[in-house]
Amino acid sequence: MSPSKPHHNAQDYLRMYRQMVRIRTFEDNANQLYLSAKMPGLTHMYSGEEAVAVGICEALRKTDKITSTHRGHGHCVAKGAEFKEMFCELLGKEEGYCRGKGGSMHIADQSNGNLGANAIVGGSMGIATGSAFSAKLLGKDDVTVCFFGDGATAQGLMYETMNMAALWNLPVIYACENNGYSEYTKTEEIAAGSITARAEAFGMEAFQVDGQDVLAVNALTEQLVERCRKGEGPFFIELMTYRYHGHHVGDINREYYRSKEEEQDWKENRDPIIRFRSWLVSEGIISEAEIDAMNAEIKDDAAAAVDYALNAKYPDVSEVDMHVFTDVTHALAQG
Amino acid sequence: MREITISQAVNEALAEEMRRDETVFIIGEDVAEAGTPFKVLSGLVEEFGTARVVDTPIAEPGFMGLAVGAAMTGTRPVVDLMFGDFIYLIMDQLCNQAAKTHYMSGGKLNVPLVLRTNLGATRRSAAQHSQSLHALVAHIPGLKVAMPSSAYEAKGLMKTAIRDNNPVVIFEDKLMYNDKAPVPEEEYLIPFGEANIKREGSDITLIATSSMVQVCEEAAEILAAEGISAEVIDPRTIVPLDEKTLIASAKKTSRVIVVDEGHQSYGVTGEIAGRINEKAFYHLDAPVLRMGAMDVPVPFSPALEDITVPTPQAVVENARKLMLGEMIHAA
Ligand SMILES: Cc1ncc(C[n+]2csc(CCOP(=O)(O)OP(=O)(O)O)c2C)c(N)n1
Ligand SMILES: [Mg+2]
Repeated sequence: MSPSKPHHNAQDYLRMYRQMVRIRTFEDNANQLYLSAKMPGLTHMYSGEEAVAVGICEALRKTDKITSTHRGHGHCVAKGAEFKEMFCELLGKEEGYCRGKGGSMHIADQSNGNLGANAIVGGSMGIATGSAFSAKLLGKDDVTVCFFGDGATAQGLMYETMNMAALWNLPVIYACENNGYSEYTKTEEIAAGSITARAEAFGMEAFQVDGQDVLAVNALTEQLVERCRKGEGPFFIELMTYRYHGHHVGDINREYYRSKEEEQDWKENRDPIIRFRSWLVSEGIISEAEIDAMNAEIKDDAAAAVDYALNAKYPDVSEVDMHVFTDVTHALAQG
Repeated sequence: MREITISQAVNEALAEEMRRDETVFIIGEDVAEAGTPFKVLSGLVEEFGTARVVDTPIAEPGFMGLAVGAAMTGTRPVVDLMFGDFIYLIMDQLCNQAAKTHYMSGGKLNVPLVLRTNLGATRRSAAQHSQSLHALVAHIPGLKVAMPSSAYEAKGLMKTAIRDNNPVVIFEDKLMYNDKAPVPEEEYLIPFGEANIKREGSDITLIATSSMVQVCEEAAEILAAEGISAEVIDPRTIVPLDEKTLIASAKKTSRVIVVDEGHQSYGVTGEIAGRINEKAFYHLDAPVLRMGAMDVPVPFSPALEDITVPTPQAVVENARKLMLGEMIHAA
């Protein structure tokens, strides 16, 4: 693990740990809901990538913004969302963050600055850059982090918006979660040359960091966020990470595109939670027993939220034409 | 006759055409080893190799544009667009480039390209993976648009599309990939612009595209039990449209409902209804009714999603009202 930042105290570390475990636990439950046919549709698991979302979001304030992806539960939890509203959304219930209209792939949490997951790969590049633009225009020092996968680096929109962000010094951090694959294809088969060099071509400072090391991710992000607030943005980070599950929950037989040994190696030797846990214990910040207690408490929280969501109400059918337009209660009543 | 799925039918059509014509190639995301997320193309890369079954980065405008250029210079690309919803990303390449090149060049350049993609809601895939956007491209002169409603159509229309010298967009229903239908072993093609009368009837005509053909066949079954004889017609291609068959049926039955999974407003149902009005008005006993998807983004929640698309029950109810001569107002 990288050395600790001087101003971090035990509380900060424990919150980071807790948030990572919360994400893992959320995903385990979501996967279980899928496997037991209680969840409508498919979903993409963030398990394995927790240190990325947590390392970054722990460097942000509540008013800072993020844009998220189809693999968005981790970003959502890390930016401060509650289990209950999240599970309700995954199950299409009225009390979900988006009243059941968005689901897993569109989960958003306005109250914590999460501008939303996106089911279009690369689809949030413009939104994140625009969010940084408006912060600058309005004289706020809020920073926006744009999360996207290695696969999204193939989208032209990324280069159009990075160019503008660099030209106009926008307070945005492009966070590329390089988990080695886009769907069933290895990154090296879809990305020519270097990913960070592409950002550098726009005159942007670009960094590569171990995405399984939450302290390294957090320390780098804190610096960059500070510099963004001073008008020195934009920045680009490539975070090297790995997804443990399939591309989505239904992607069970994966051996034609990646080996079991490779998966095992990441899980056993580079797991961000195991690594951080042993660091916390060896630094004497927390004991094994306390960690186990924390894990158990999070597990109970998740179980209660799942239970709540399963029994929660679906939206009334009259909601179907609500929210098509702002300021219009029922779009279809207008003719 | 043997029965195969839509998935197998598309796969067979592509394999046969790739064997027949070595200028045909497939390009898109995860089309090779993965055979697409719907597994429709499984096995093709083994036979034709990665030079003709080409995996791309997630760069839709890029590979669509590349395909237009390739089509203009001697090859026949079949572009695979994983979800119909991504058509917004490639609109310039499709509508400004592919669709207009032949016309703008005074007939000198051709773009013999097939774009295969999908449509259809109720898969719990939310607003960006559930749309039926065929009306968008049907609006653009220069693009042909095919909408197979079964494995038989999926195969025959795909083969015709590949041999057509124009850009053709094929929308498959992503919920029907595993639906089986009788498909002959021998080769056949389905000409564009020829509607298929799926079921003959005399009281009311149900014109239905793609996924809605099944819906209307079910509705017709229910109506038959009530003594109402419904004719079900599948246009199969909406560009070109077999107006003759549709108008003849309208004149015969005097009542028409047009059912399509695109949004109801400014869509395919309105277009077909308009043409029937223009050409069969004096034969009609009721206004031509449009039934499309509700004019809302597709909601994720099953409780909401299910009410956004036409169902057999809704078609039956509207058919009864038309038979009773009740005026129908927009709900
Ligand atoms: C524009 C667009 N093209 C294709 C897809 C289908 N798709 C969904 S996720 C995905 C892979 C994305 O890979 P990456 O960006 O690396 O993210 P990861 O899934 O690895 O987190 C693809 C191709 C899509 N949703 N949007
Ligand atoms: Mg990836």
